[in-house]
Amino acid sequence: MSLFVEQICQLLGSGSNPFQHLEKSAVLQEARIFNETPINPRRCLHILTKIIYLLNQGEHFGTMEATEAFFAMTRLFQSNDQTLRRMCYLTIKEMANISEDVIIVTSSLTKDMTGKEDVYRGPAIRALCRITDTTMLQAIERYMKQAIVDKVPSVSSSALVSSLHMVKMSYDVVKRWVNEAQEAASSDNIMVQYHALGLLYHLRKNDRLAVSKMLNKFTKSGLKSPFAYCMLIRIASKLLEETEAGHDSPLFDFIESCLRNKHEMVVYEAASAIVHMPNCTARELAPAVSVLQLFCSSPKAALRYAAVRTLNKVAMKHPSAVTACNLDLENLITDSNRSIATLAITTLLKTGSESSVDRLMKQISSFVSEISDEFKVVVVQAISALCQKYPRKHSVMMNFLSNMLRDDGGFEYKRAIVDCIISIIEENPESKETGLAHLCEFIEDCEHTVLATKILHLLGKEGPRTPSPSKYIRFIFNRVVLESEAVRAAAVSALAKFGAQNDDLLPSVLVLMQRCMMDSDDEVRDRATFYMNVLQQKQKALNAAYIFNGLSVSVPGLEKSLHQYTLEPTEKPFDMKSVPLANTPITEQKTEFAPVATSKLPEKPGPTRQDIYQEQLAAIPEFQGLGSLFKTSEAVQLTEAETEYVVRCVKHTFARHMVFQFDCTNTLNDQLLQKVMVQMEPSEAYEVLHYVPAANLPYSQPGSCYSLVRLPEDDPTAVSCTFSCTLKYLVKDCDPNTGEPDDDGYDDEYVLEDLEVTVADHIQKVLKPNFAAAWDEVGDDFEKEETFALASVRTLDEAVGNIISFLGMQPCERSDKVPENKNSHILFLAGVFRGGHDVLVRSRLALADGVTMQVTVRSSDETVVDIILASVG
Amino acid sequence: MTAQTCPRQHQRTTMEIASLEPSLYTVKAVFILDNDGNRLLSKYYDTELYPSMKEQKNFEKNVFNKTHKADTDEIAFVEGMTIVYKCSIDLFFYVVGSAQENELMLMAVLNCLFESLGQILRKNVERRCLLDNMDGVFLVVDEIIDGGVILESDPQQVIQKVNYRLDGSEQAYGLGLFDYIVGNIDEQTDRSQCA
Repeated sequence: MSLFVEQICQLLGSGSNPFQHLEKSAVLQEARIFNETPINPRRCLHILTKIIYLLNQGEHFGTMEATEAFFAMTRLFQSNDQTLRRMCYLTIKEMANISEDVIIVTSSLTKDMTGKEDVYRGPAIRALCRITDTTMLQAIERYMKQAIVDKVPSVSSSALVSSLHMVKMSYDVVKRWVNEAQEAASSDNIMVQYHALGLLYHLRKNDRLAVSKMLNKFTKSGLKSPFAYCMLIRIASKLLEETEAGHDSPLFDFIESCLRNKHEMVVYEAASAIVHMPNCTARELAPAVSVLQLFCSSPKAALRYAAVRTLNKVAMKHPSAVTACNLDLENLITDSNRSIATLAITTLLKTGSESSVDRLMKQISSFVSEISDEFKVVVVQAISALCQKYPRKHSVMMNFLSNMLRDDGGFEYKRAIVDCIISIIEENPESKETGLAHLCEFIEDCEHTVLATKILHLLGKEGPRTPSPSKYIRFIFNRVVLESEAVRAAAVSALAKFGAQNDDLLPSVLVLMQRCMMDSDDEVRDRATFYMNVLQQKQKALNAAYIFNGLSVSVPGLEKSLHQYTLEPTEKPFDMKSVPLANTPITEQKTEFAPVATSKLPEKPGPTRQDIYQEQLAAIPEFQGLGSLFKTSEAVQLTEAETEYVVRCVKHTFARHMVFQFDCTNTLNDQLLQKVMVQMEPSEAYEVLHYVPAANLPYSQPGSCYSLVRLPEDDPTAVSCTFSCTLKYLVKDCDPNTGEPDDDGYDDEYVLEDLEVTVADHIQKVLKPNFAAAWDEVGDDFEKEETFALASVRTLDEAVGNIISFLGMQPCERSDKVPENKNSHILFLAGVFRGGHDVLVRSRLALADGVTMQVTVRSSDETVVDIILASVG
Repeated sequence: MTAQTCPRQHQRTTMEIASLEPSLYTVKAVFILDNDGNRLLSKYYDTELYPSMKEQKNFEKNVFNKTHKADTDEIAFVEGMTIVYKCSIDLFFYVVGSAQENELMLMAVLNCLFESLGQILRKNVERRCLLDNMDGVFLVVDEIIDGGVILESDPQQVIQKVNYRLDGSEQAYGLGLFDYIVGNIDEQTDRSQCA
């Protein structure tokens, strides 16, 4: 009796859960009553529920025990209890992957699927398709076809959705059901419509013409299901994007007409589709923006969220289009849902005027501690964008950011703030000192090594050039005393930069270095010893080469070269010039609103694009002995986008050769191309040595062929050349469905666009963090200067852009950004010429009628200077 | 020779895809938690999303921590996923979709789930009643979403298809309780016999 009372108490208690102390073994024991006759539906139902509950909690079932329970369960098909039967279907689906021989229930399920009880038919189809594999599918194909066009909606829907799941597994079989799906699409039931449309699109999505026809039909027929409308809008906008059709296309009209649909879901989908279209004009955006504006005042939080999130996206590209919603957005600032409030504020920050910034910032600081890190990052990104827009507001922002930096927050959040402060410093020289001071304060108490080292690096770069560099020394040296190895090492490098730049600080830096040489960590000691010795030489060139502008080689490349060197014993010293250079990373634009990205950890520096190419080329025997890959260009299209064969070329430059890689795609599904190569006719003294053809080029599978070209050795100034290219190949017709080719083929050719080799292909970009030091280091032995007039260029920005893309060199000291309202500008470019000669270009630009440009080139090799000047002129 | 773009670039572009690949696979996951954040039911339809049980439970915990205080908010953004949710007494219902998914579609699923359960549980949408009728709950979820595809969004249709009788619906609560306890004792004796 006491047990009874205890159980009652347990049951009445709030924490009671009939499944709480379930044990798998006990439940499986109980499952034995499945074999009892007559079947007790109520108890069996309870046990099946327990099994599914356990599976759902992540309980692991061994194959043996699962199979045993599964077989016992099959006996329950004898009962006619509806719920019990339905639970059997669920058990089958849950156990399909863990039990063996699940196909044993095929016949029972087939019977239910074709039987009289409509409540069984749909679920039975779904369970059956879950356990059916490709070989079994043929056997039930007939039933599936019938089920798809069944007049009972739940049966038809179940069959359509199950077919969709099976497309991944057996596309060819399901494809044969297109006609049935087509018939189902004209059903009156809204869900059947939706599912049929989804299946049809999935089967036809690779056939643009069929998709277009389908859209045409359904957009006219007027579907009833809002889900189907959303699907149609997505298909239409994808097709618009792919075909790059103009916005006068009927598809665009269809999407726009959906803005007047009676379902909010469809209206929102249409607005969102329009907003996401590339190159939408303000006029086209206006109707979408105005429906979103209406949604902003909806009582439904989800709708407000959806609206403001989409407006936020619009504001990134077209801030002016959103200004009309400013009032509605202002109201959302106080929304009880913090996600909505944050999005509203960040949108306002993008669209608002300079005068409203202060007020908005105050609003944010009132609740920034209440929102999740994801949204804090969004706020920081908005501030970062704002600083670019209103540089004069940087002091307000800086203040705000430094407060945020002091608050608690995860790594992503802190990193976003630090990045933002750094970008403000780079954009606004006058904010440099305050920014550095905030960062110094931050690293005094910073748990993230990555951020500390990043800031130390920045201090080393910027600190020595401030009016009073000595005040940073204390912060840096504190790190040497207090932090982990990685931070200490970074601090030592930063200290060295102060010593190298400021003669009056040098004695003190040397004393501090001396202390670092007694550090417990190898790396820290090594760095200290190295810098100590370099600094003691007191030579500008040494400082520039070894302290300011470190190595510019690719690290994986260096590792490989060194490994190679140790494998082949030789008397020769290791040649740094044989190591491939690092590609300077393209500075990423991170104005995108992407909280999606923020949950991911920072990516490890993987092999660069060039390293991947280097691997691929090294695997081809013909290209061995070319040395290391010097530079890989961006891909150049040699055909129009919509042609039979699509060819693009990537130019790989080596010390004395060039390899042209042609990536070809065959877009004809009834042809197989073999022995594909690109024949090249050079205009200059370039010599084509070898062709490496692509053996096979089946439909839509890209393949590559190569041409090896020797650069003219007797005339090093011949850096540019034009090649006329022809694609040559053997065509074999084939069956579009099976890809089976005919035995016979014929030779054919296809003329491609000309390929240009320019001076930029011979120069690799190298970033010199301290251009002045590098300029002195190279010296004026081979300095040449010339003045040009660029008559056709109207602005300094345009001139700078042209020079950079023409020479293919790296702009340094942020000199690629021309300050506004200036009539003159100096552009600094750095690079390495093929063969390993440093090249530096200083280009003074003056805007008068057109742009006048004075180019000064320095290099360690005279020919290189001549080549550059010759090609500019 | 097909992998010409480096994986990093690839990842960036996939994250920037603004429009959604047209597909019926709308729902990434659905789960019901109690007011301590314990899982009562959960289904993950995208096997790549959180492949292991540990990752799933971490995600649920993270979602619960971010949502259970603001139980009137109904929408949140966690770990790059759009989450719509609803709270009823001591239960939390969640529907998860990708960041680009139409929030209103997810909301339609959540509403359908909530209203269907409200009907089969005779408005007693609370933990105890839900657990007592777990079979009905499993069946309702199965009728609303199939492998991530929205199968039905009308609660009336769902109820009709599930055709579920509330466990001990017309019985007095005490009698149901009695049944239950007797059942429990049976089980225990079963267990002891087997041991």
